[in-house]
Amino acid sequence: MTYIAKPKLHHPALQPNAVGFTRRDYEGKISTLCAGCGHDSISAAVIQACWEMNIEPHRVAKLSGIGCSSKTPDYFLGNSHGFNTVHGRMPSVVTGANLANRELLYLGVSGDGDSASIGLGQFAHAMRRGVNMVYLLENNGVYGLTKGQFSATADKGSASKKGVANSDSPIDTVSLAMIMGATFIGRSFSGDKAQLVPLIKAAIGHRGAAFIDVVSPCVAFNNHAGSTKSYDYVREHNEAVNRIDFIQTRSEITAEYGPGATVDIEQHDGTWLRLRKVHPEYDPTDKVAAMNHIQQHQARGEVVTGLLYYDPDSSDMHENLHTVTQPFNRLDEAALCPGAAQLAKLNDSLR
Amino acid sequence: MTPLSATNDFVIKFANINGSGSASANELFAKAILRMGVPVSPRNIFPSNIQGLPTWYEVRVTENGWLGRRGGVDIMVAMNPQTWDADIKEIEPGGYLFYDNSKPLPASKFRDDINVIGMPLTELCNATYKEPRQRQLFKNIIYIGALSVLFEMASEALAQLIAEQYKGKEKLLQPNLNALKLGRDYATENLQPIGLRVKRADNVGDRIFIDGNSAVALGCVYGGATVCAWYPITPSSSVAEAFQRYCAKFRVDPATQLNRYAIVQAEDELASIGMVIGAGWNGARAFTATSGPGVSLMTEFIGLAYFAEIPMTIINVQRGGPSTGMPTRTQQADVLACAYASHGDTKHVLLFPEDPYECFEHGAAALDLADRLQTPVFVMTDLDIGMNQRLAAPFVWDDSRRFDRGKVMTAEMLDEGRQFGRYLDVDGDGIPYRTYPGAHPDKGSYFTRGTTKNAFATYSEQGPDYVYNVQRLLRKFETAKSLVPQPVLQEASKTTRFGVIYYGSTSPAMSEAFASFEASGNHVDRLRIRAFPFPDSVSDFILNHEHVFVVEQNRDGQLRTLIVNELGIDPARVIALLHFDGTPITARFITREIEALMRALNAQTLRQDKVA
Repeated sequence: MTYIAKPKLHHPALQPNAVGFTRRDYEGKISTLCAGCGHDSISAAVIQACWEMNIEPHRVAKLSGIGCSSKTPDYFLGNSHGFNTVHGRMPSVVTGANLANRELLYLGVSGDGDSASIGLGQFAHAMRRGVNMVYLLENNGVYGLTKGQFSATADKGSASKKGVANSDSPIDTVSLAMIMGATFIGRSFSGDKAQLVPLIKAAIGHRGAAFIDVVSPCVAFNNHAGSTKSYDYVREHNEAVNRIDFIQTRSEITAEYGPGATVDIEQHDGTWLRLRKVHPEYDPTDKVAAMNHIQQHQARGEVVTGLLYYDPDSSDMHENLHTVTQPFNRLDEAALCPGAAQLAKLNDSLR
Repeated sequence: MTPLSATNDFVIKFANINGSGSASANELFAKAILRMGVPVSPRNIFPSNIQGLPTWYEVRVTENGWLGRRGGVDIMVAMNPQTWDADIKEIEPGGYLFYDNSKPLPASKFRDDINVIGMPLTELCNATYKEPRQRQLFKNIIYIGALSVLFEMASEALAQLIAEQYKGKEKLLQPNLNALKLGRDYATENLQPIGLRVKRADNVGDRIFIDGNSAVALGCVYGGATVCAWYPITPSSSVAEAFQRYCAKFRVDPATQLNRYAIVQAEDELASIGMVIGAGWNGARAFTATSGPGVSLMTEFIGLAYFAEIPMTIINVQRGGPSTGMPTRTQQADVLACAYASHGDTKHVLLFPEDPYECFEHGAAALDLADRLQTPVFVMTDLDIGMNQRLAAPFVWDDSRRFDRGKVMTAEMLDEGRQFGRYLDVDGDGIPYRTYPGAHPDKGSYFTRGTTKNAFATYSEQGPDYVYNVQRLLRKFETAKSLVPQPVLQEASKTTRFGVIYYGSTSPAMSEAFASFEASGNHVDRLRIRAFPFPDSVSDFILNHEHVFVVEQNRDGQLRTLIVNELGIDPARVIALLHFDGTPITARFITREIEALMRALNAQTLRQDKVA
């Protein structure tokens, strides 16, 4: 826990990005989470990704549910509007917010209690609706704010801090997201910033429901031997299927790799993704193969990370609903109200 | 037995089986009478089922224009053997029974004090049509034809309506006209005229005929709602469906063919209200339509919206509770649940439309009020208003009217250096300014949360910050009193110590009862409440009368409780008068109950005077 506010003065070495903001402009309030909490690393990754993507901070809306993870939107992007909603219901609020103004970037932050237990339904339905958003699930397998109860993502047989073994099957959020129709699915580790930042950047560039499950150890209640969500366990069992070199424009592609070692994907916003394959046979656009791979490796106790699934032909909710391109919240009477003459006609048809 | 005799003033009830196509035929009959200038008030009485269960359609033909349910049945069209016995029992002595006599029934199935009119409908259909479905559907049109002859109605209005209904579907037009003629011809040749008549009149005027759910949906279109998130629940589902219909007509960009609206059928009511909150937070006008059980599920979010001050509109088409209760029956039993919905200290704005005209008005007004007050606003209609077509004043709209978006601080205002505190009361009305997300690069952003905040939306668990906020919310509620639709007072022709308070769908029955009070000299002043919080005129009305009856369609006198609680009224001054069996309240009930209470209270006064 950091309790000393950082000085307001900007170090002269802090470079502004293309839209004129320094990294500090993407920061938020001082975190009140425990020292070493994985969630703070994720906040830092969000800050880094938004800065690198040249996103104007005020064009982001950050929403969350309830829990430790859901407190974090206060700790990044201080010039963005934020909304700490109710437990497990962030997805529906993002859905409505997105309907009202399709021009903002929607960042939904949730935890495993929030998304896998109380809000499992809303999580699933936001995926199947294709809400254009980045859905970050900060997954630590435990209820932190209420002090150490198992969450629904805790692996069967893993032990609580008090030594009790979990007897229930875990909910695998990435597999669920895949079945539910998410068009961008990733898993990462809060301790692997080199993997996480590009993944978030790629998710931001994606149109449709982009879901990233980030294993994020809870230092207070789930970082002990016997836990499968501890720093040590994840480091030992992290099996990345690929690494993303996220690239803004095609001309920036410079690194050279052997043939078949990389895949380039153009995103809807015109940016490019370069995937460096770690498992040469892994094809993130093949949903069935991806699910097989994930199931096989997870059965061995591995934590499969990387860009796990990507639908190059994704669509989003607005496209499905055929809505106008202008944000609803800027439509005026002329656009919305049919007027008295139409009403008189309608009255006539009701006689 | 004297056969009932009446012109333009009787009740006809159709007993059918749902899914048999009777609904549109029966509606055709009601509309034909309207076209003859005679007001009607039809009501669907239907089961929570799609096919095979009993359903009834009751039409009150009322030259005087009394649109409440009358009670009693003058002529029963008994087309459902399952409900035969109960249907026969319901007929007024001297009334009529119209039935299908294709199969003989024993005399014990009838009554001595009613007039029986048999017509071999099944036989006629079987002789004319081959397809079973045709036999079923045209049977309805045939009996409408026969009835029109019994009531001495000319065929023009019916034929015209059929022509309108099947415009563009000429294949269906002629067979329907043929069926109508078949029924009329049979009746002309074989049946005797009866004592009930429909005679052309001129009492409909420019009124329109529409159900409340369609009307409130249209109000939402006119009021500028762009987001509708909902979960299907009887009797509210047709609100979202009507919104879809009107939006398809009025809200498609002619140039791009893209929609200026979004309708999401959510996974449950928790999600539908969450979407409405998200849209409201982000500056779009959003609403949901639901019924009591849905409101229960939404309650956590409603509390958040109250404290976080998010505009949203909830249309509650009330029914009998609970979830597995009486979904197809009408009640006004969610008043308290909505007024105080959620945990913590919460109270909400409620509007009580009386008919489709006000459903339209209140639908549009609720969207304005929600934005102005930055809070949830409930439109409290019910099944009786929502799912029955009703004669109502034509809708009006003033083209100079602008949406009231309330206190929104824009980028320009922020650049001018205006102070922005999301929860700061700047002018004493309790309503703070808000900004839309994304409005300004470095001013006006804030973090939205429930109550742990100060006036500048910074995290705070300090007692004084909490108290400032929730007391400001009370000031805001006070402000609401003058913004909501005001009560409507109608005084009796003579000064009286009796008053009656009522609201919503009780209105048409009360208008009829009021006329009968005037006629009998039992004078009562009446006040129709149109919104909560109650303006001061409500307490004034109560204090100006010795006895005030509060007429409601629920068991517990919920509005009365709200009056006692919110206005500090002595409970003894307000007498509950309650009707809650799921059928719409009638003027007969109101008149009987109030006159009995007045007699008792007058006798009591007399005794007290003697003692004094």
